[in-house]
Amino acid sequence: MEFCNCIDPQMPADDLLVKYQYISDFFIALAYFSIPLELIYFVKKSAVFPYKWVLVQFGAFIVLCGATHLINLWTFVIHSRTVAIVMTTAKVLTAVVSCATALMLVHIIPDLLSVKTRELFLKNKAAELDREMGLIRTQEETGRHVRMLTHEIRSTLHRHTILKTTLVELGRTLGLEECALWMPTRTGLELQLSYTLRQQNPVGYTVPIHLPVIDQVFSSNKAVTISHNCPVARLRPYAGKYMPGSVVAVRVPLLDLSNFQIYDWPEVSTRNYALMVLMLPSDSARQWHVHELELVEVVADQVAVALSHAAILEESMRARDQLMEQNVALDLARREAETAIRARNDFLAVMNHEMRTPMHAVIALSSLLQETDLTAEQRLMVETILKSSNLLATLINDVLDLSRLEDGSLQLEATTFNLHSLFREVLNLIKPVASVKKLSLTPHLASDLPMYAIGDENRLMQTILNVVGNAVKFSKEGCISITAFVAKPESFRDARIPDFLPVPSDSHFYLRVQVKDSGSGINPQDIPKLFTKFAQNQSLTTRNPAGSGLGLAICRRFVNLMEGHIWIESEGIGKGCTATFIVKLGIADRSNELKLPFVPKVPGNPVHGCTHFAGLKVLVMDDNGVSRTVTKGLLMHLGCDVTTASSSEECLGVVSVEHEVVFMEVCTGLDGYELAVRLHEKFTKHQDRPLMVALTGNTKRVTKENCMRVGMDGLILKPISVDKMRGVLSELLERRVLFETV
Amino acid sequence: MEVDQMQRQYLDYTKPLFLEGFLDGQFLQLQQLQDENNPDFVAEVVSLFFEDSERLLNDLTFSLEQKSIDFKKIDAHVHQLKGSSSSIGAQRVKNCCIAFRNFCEEQNIDACLSCLQQVKQEYCHVKNKLETLIRLEQQIVAAGGSIPTMEFSF
Repeated sequence: MEFCNCIDPQMPADDLLVKYQYISDFFIALAYFSIPLELIYFVKKSAVFPYKWVLVQFGAFIVLCGATHLINLWTFVIHSRTVAIVMTTAKVLTAVVSCATALMLVHIIPDLLSVKTRELFLKNKAAELDREMGLIRTQEETGRHVRMLTHEIRSTLHRHTILKTTLVELGRTLGLEECALWMPTRTGLELQLSYTLRQQNPVGYTVPIHLPVIDQVFSSNKAVTISHNCPVARLRPYAGKYMPGSVVAVRVPLLDLSNFQIYDWPEVSTRNYALMVLMLPSDSARQWHVHELELVEVVADQVAVALSHAAILEESMRARDQLMEQNVALDLARREAETAIRARNDFLAVMNHEMRTPMHAVIALSSLLQETDLTAEQRLMVETILKSSNLLATLINDVLDLSRLEDGSLQLEATTFNLHSLFREVLNLIKPVASVKKLSLTPHLASDLPMYAIGDENRLMQTILNVVGNAVKFSKEGCISITAFVAKPESFRDARIPDFLPVPSDSHFYLRVQVKDSGSGINPQDIPKLFTKFAQNQSLTTRNPAGSGLGLAICRRFVNLMEGHIWIESEGIGKGCTATFIVKLGIADRSNELKLPFVPKVPGNPVHGCTHFAGLKVLVMDDNGVSRTVTKGLLMHLGCDVTTASSSEECLGVVSVEHEVVFMEVCTGLDGYELAVRLHEKFTKHQDRPLMVALTGNTKRVTKENCMRVGMDGLILKPISVDKMRGVLSELLERRVLFETV
Repeated sequence: MEVDQMQRQYLDYTKPLFLEGFLDGQFLQLQQLQDENNPDFVAEVVSLFFEDSERLLNDLTFSLEQKSIDFKKIDAHVHQLKGSSSSIGAQRVKNCCIAFRNFCEEQNIDACLSCLQQVKQEYCHVKNKLETLIRLEQQIVAAGGSIPTMEFSF
């Protein structure tokens, strides 16, 4: 054997096995060297890698392993010591590093594993959130749908549109197969199919209202699932293959105005419901979700309110139309009535004049004729003519009066008059007639009957005359008693005058006059007819053609105008009768005795005027001598210092600042107004100017206006009494102005 | 004749004048104005009235006899007469004047003439009455009595 340094070793005997080992080692080394390269490449590529140190360690481990295997290649042949040392070093290093790596990996691998679990957890969470997001979105959409639906429903007041829109929108929102509304019929015993979604014109199916299913739905305000076999749910032919969609029904309260009380919401006091049925598409796996049911309930309520609004609106439109029609009719009627009244008034106005003129001519000429020389026969004829025409004139006056009374155009006058003398006059007028018929008249005037009263003297006299005249007319014998007294409030509560409620006051009193006769009496049944115009008592027409039947009617009108009451009582035919009336008259006091003919002198009255008139300088201007003298005497009597003038010029010449008052007549040929203007010009300073008062008998309203226009301070009417002048002067000096009402 | 007899006579004479409407309350007022300072007031006024009225009535008669009648002037005269008569309290004369004025407005000549007649008549009546009344008053005063005042009670 020779030691040779040949490089090519001799292959040992199991040469094949070594060869394979040699190759495997080579490849292992290759792999081991390439792995770290790959690792470095990919780690450089990736952005995040937390374990760089481990990588380095791992890389070192791998490299050393690779080195070891590489060096192993040399150990297959005989090798030098260097190789052996290198080999050993490599192995030792490898051992160290791999142990370190192994130890490190124990820490790292659990970490790596937990990253994975976290990743999985996060993925699950994301999925869950996704689902929830989907749900919220669905809900929000539902909410939007409800709002939109409500808006659609409430934007119209037309019933049909409301219901149609509801169904359409619900169908769209919830994706329904069918949606229907059943309304109660007029009788309230059945439900009729009124609206459906898919079918355009639903045939009027009806279903009795008292089915248990329906009662169940009506008794709760929630949407209730019902079976699809129930009669209300059989809305369309069953088209699906497997399973019909789930059906839900909800009640819709039908409210009307009375359900909306102010303080509580529409209560469940309404018994009237409609039924809404909703059907999900068949063969879908859909179920009714809670939020969908809530949507349906809300919509049902909104529909109820919208329907009630529509109903209320319809109602009020109908009422308004009715009112308008009525208005038109009333207007027409009013215009017709006005035309009729105008026509009648025109007629009356013309006839008034036309009828009266010839009457007056006849009466006047007949009375003139009476004054001439006539034969007895002619005189008789003329007297008859006169009597008849007087009657006719009275009749015409009565008729015209009555028509004026009826349309309310008659107004009573209110003057102060002497009540006692009124009765006296009536008696004087009736006495002759009564004594001819041998009837005795007994008047009783109560002691507390006021002397003067305020009222319509003429009409009161007419009334009393009529009543007393009737008593005389219808009595053939006996006596007639007339009593007059002031009615006390207690006597008013009389069963005979049920509706009469007089109000006692300080300025008025009620005069009660009763006329009792012992004549032919009246059948109590005829009494109501007495006051009807033109109605005559049949049994008396033959005896007494002199009545027109109008008298009592007119009396009643007058008495009513005087806020009183008149009535007649009789016990029967032949038993006489009593006519009573009560009228309201004003109480007259001394201060408004302006038209009294008699002024009782009250002793103790200061005759010479009050001291503050003493020496009052007054100027009187009047062109009528008598008038001037009287006024001067009046003022002097009151203590004034009077100067007179009979014309404006004279007045202007005499007037001075010392004169306090100037009385001037304004309506005669003098220009009293001009005088006033000139006096204004003359006395520029207010306190120098005398008070200018018109003292005139002219009672036209324009006089007062003219006086005020020229700046006069007062107006009083002639004739004027001492007391009145006293009052006038006081007031003038105090207030500097006094305009009497004309 | 005794004073109270005269006074009673006076009252009996005067009262009907009022009742019949010849005189009204204005005349009473005039009587009230007569006192010691003015003892002949009523007589003065009455004589003034007579003068005035006679003048006016003559003017009226003259105007109405003209061919062309000036109704305005007539109206003015009647107005004056109305004023005088109402100042003195001659009620009937005043009423006639009111009617006269209406006819004047209507320019109804015949009616005016007849009214004038009536006014004259009334004036004569009241003149007589007033003259008698004044005479009675003067008699009473001369006899030393006072003129009784009207006290009307019912």
